[in-house]
Amino acid sequence: MKISKDVKIDLYTRMVRQRIFEDETTVNFASGEMPGFLHLSQGEDAVPAGVCANLSNEDAIYTTHRGHGCIIAKGAEIKPMMAELFGRIDGCCKGRAGSMHFADVKTGCMGSNGIVGEGMRIALGTAFAQKYNKTNNITVVFFGEGATGTGAFHESFNMAATLKLPLVFVCNINLYAQMTPKSVHIAVEDVAVRAAGYGAPGVTIDGNDVEKVYEEFAKAAKHARAGKGPYLLECKTYRHHGHFEGDPCNYRPEGELEEWMKKDPIVLYEKKLKKEAVLTDKEMQAIKDTARKEVIDAVAFARASAMPEVEELYKDILA
Amino acid sequence: MAEMKKINVQWAINHAIAEEMRRDPSVFIIGEDVGGPGGPFGVTRGIKAEFGPERAVDTPISEGAIVGLCCGAAAAGLRPVAEIMFMNFITLAVEEFYNQGSKMRWMFGGQVKQPFVVRAMTAGGFGAGPHHSSSLEGWFASMPGMKVVMPSNAYTAKGLMKSAIRDDNPVLYVEPLSSYTIKQDIPVDEYLVPIGKAEVVTQGSDVTIVSVGRMRLEAEKAVAKLKADGINAELLDLLTVNPLPMEDIYASVKKTNRLVIIHEAKEVMGIGAEIAASVQEKLFDWLDAPVARCAAPFTHIAFQPLLEKHYLPNADKLVAKVKGLMG
Ligand SMILES: Cc1ncc(C[n+]2csc(CCOP(=O)(O)OP(=O)(O)O)c2C)c(N)n1
Repeated sequence: MKISKDVKIDLYTRMVRQRIFEDETTVNFASGEMPGFLHLSQGEDAVPAGVCANLSNEDAIYTTHRGHGCIIAKGAEIKPMMAELFGRIDGCCKGRAGSMHFADVKTGCMGSNGIVGEGMRIALGTAFAQKYNKTNNITVVFFGEGATGTGAFHESFNMAATLKLPLVFVCNINLYAQMTPKSVHIAVEDVAVRAAGYGAPGVTIDGNDVEKVYEEFAKAAKHARAGKGPYLLECKTYRHHGHFEGDPCNYRPEGELEEWMKKDPIVLYEKKLKKEAVLTDKEMQAIKDTARKEVIDAVAFARASAMPEVEELYKDILA
Repeated sequence: MAEMKKINVQWAINHAIAEEMRRDPSVFIIGEDVGGPGGPFGVTRGIKAEFGPERAVDTPISEGAIVGLCCGAAAAGLRPVAEIMFMNFITLAVEEFYNQGSKMRWMFGGQVKQPFVVRAMTAGGFGAGPHHSSSLEGWFASMPGMKVVMPSNAYTAKGLMKSAIRDDNPVLYVEPLSSYTIKQDIPVDEYLVPIGKAEVVTQGSDVTIVSVGRMRLEAEKAVAKLKADGINAELLDLLTVNPLPMEDIYASVKKTNRLVIIHEAKEVMGIGAEIAASVQEKLFDWLDAPVARCAAPFTHIAFQPLLEKHYLPNADKLVAKVKGLMG
């Protein structure tokens, strides 16, 4: 597959926007301005970027407690996202949901989830509706390797396969479920082999190679759009931060983070783009500056937004 | 006079679903066996033949995924009607009700609606035993963001199902297995039974009896027995347990000054407890006797027929409760 210059720039921009957004949340969380729990995905940025560059607003995604990257890559507006993380009334969920539960329905971001694995079961319904309404749209559910231990994974994969739903399962292997290393809770090397048990294709790729993710996800999306049912794409990557902000990470073997920092997907891609003369240093800096300005404006927007009134607690309970 | 037709509870449910599916192409049914055989007791038989497998979806044995799918499909604008079979199996989908469906609209700041119905069957009285006979509606009655209805006969079964399908919120529809084959004359023309409103079954002045679900049948027998003894009971069939139709109960208690609640679920932490608490808070001065409950004891339901009989409330137990209040 020949990837056009525009797509390359798009992939890079999506990664940069995620990274800068999340780096900023680290600061606001540490200062105590951002309430709740924060699970960040710096280092995993190539996966949402490569996947979402293949999707339109009519396609849906479900993500996890670690979902900012996916939601930004999918195209949600950054200001209401930031306001949501600040718990303000102008947040995309009126400040009720926060980092672990928020959604932006108009851009097809159908929800993060505080219950590991649960996005998969709900994603079945979106995919079902896409098929029922005879659309050509698909649903993508992102999850970590820890979630493959849940009943939700088995139920959802099997049901997606039996009902032939346009649902792509994207598993981010970041080597830990909270503090537990993968080898302790998964008895196979590659999760993708499990797809065979459901009669579906399963592919393992380097999740830090954004073009690889883009190309491989394009195949998965084609499969799903063609009505052939679910597909499992396993992306091997790493999270730079702890499980949650504040996690001392003392479960990591010495040197592991340093090794993975060398494989930072953004750094790798910058080298490649420069070598291929797609972007100069200056142009890359300009993309970063734009993203940073956007994020700083979003923080200002969030700070200016009011706290929700207590009456908000009683609204939207029933339709 | 409206034209009437004799029909049992099963067919009333079936007709309600089929009528709504004809009226609205976004309605579909989903669950284990719902398509081919029409569920284990044939409630949805014929629906697959009329509407095709796209709208009568047979699934693997995955209760959590069935209700999860409902949440996702409802957020996308469809109106799923799922079957969970015996209510005990809903324990496998409490997650999808409690953490997902009932919270989604609120949590997302009103961005989505959750119009889906889940049918579940209570099967007390059949010796079906501890894993097939439980009444768990109280769990769902304590969840904001959803509704729970409990029809008691063919008329209410049909009218409540149609209202449930048209409702924009998750609705748990609890149907009584023991009443499936009980027939009743119901209107041929379309009608709805509103959610959130109790039905006054018989008027009376001495005591209010509130019945939940199939306990209406026992309460009706009790009302007849009490009448023979000169006690005029007013019977309210609750029909909805979330939201509780408290105003209807208050209105009746102001008239009779006495209240007994009968339900098949356990007394402890049951719907009767909630009603009793609200009534004493609101109408303390109106009461001539403590509010009484006729419900299951704090143990498990047995398959053994004598033990099951001991466990379940019935007309005689209710009569005894009422007489205890008359003083
Ligand atoms: C049902 C459930 N069990 C446990 C938890 C606590 N928990 C939160 S994140 C997590 C690990 C998830 O690991 P993985 O799915 O690999 O995602 P990652 O955090 O690595 O992105 C656990 C156990 C939870 N939120 N939900």
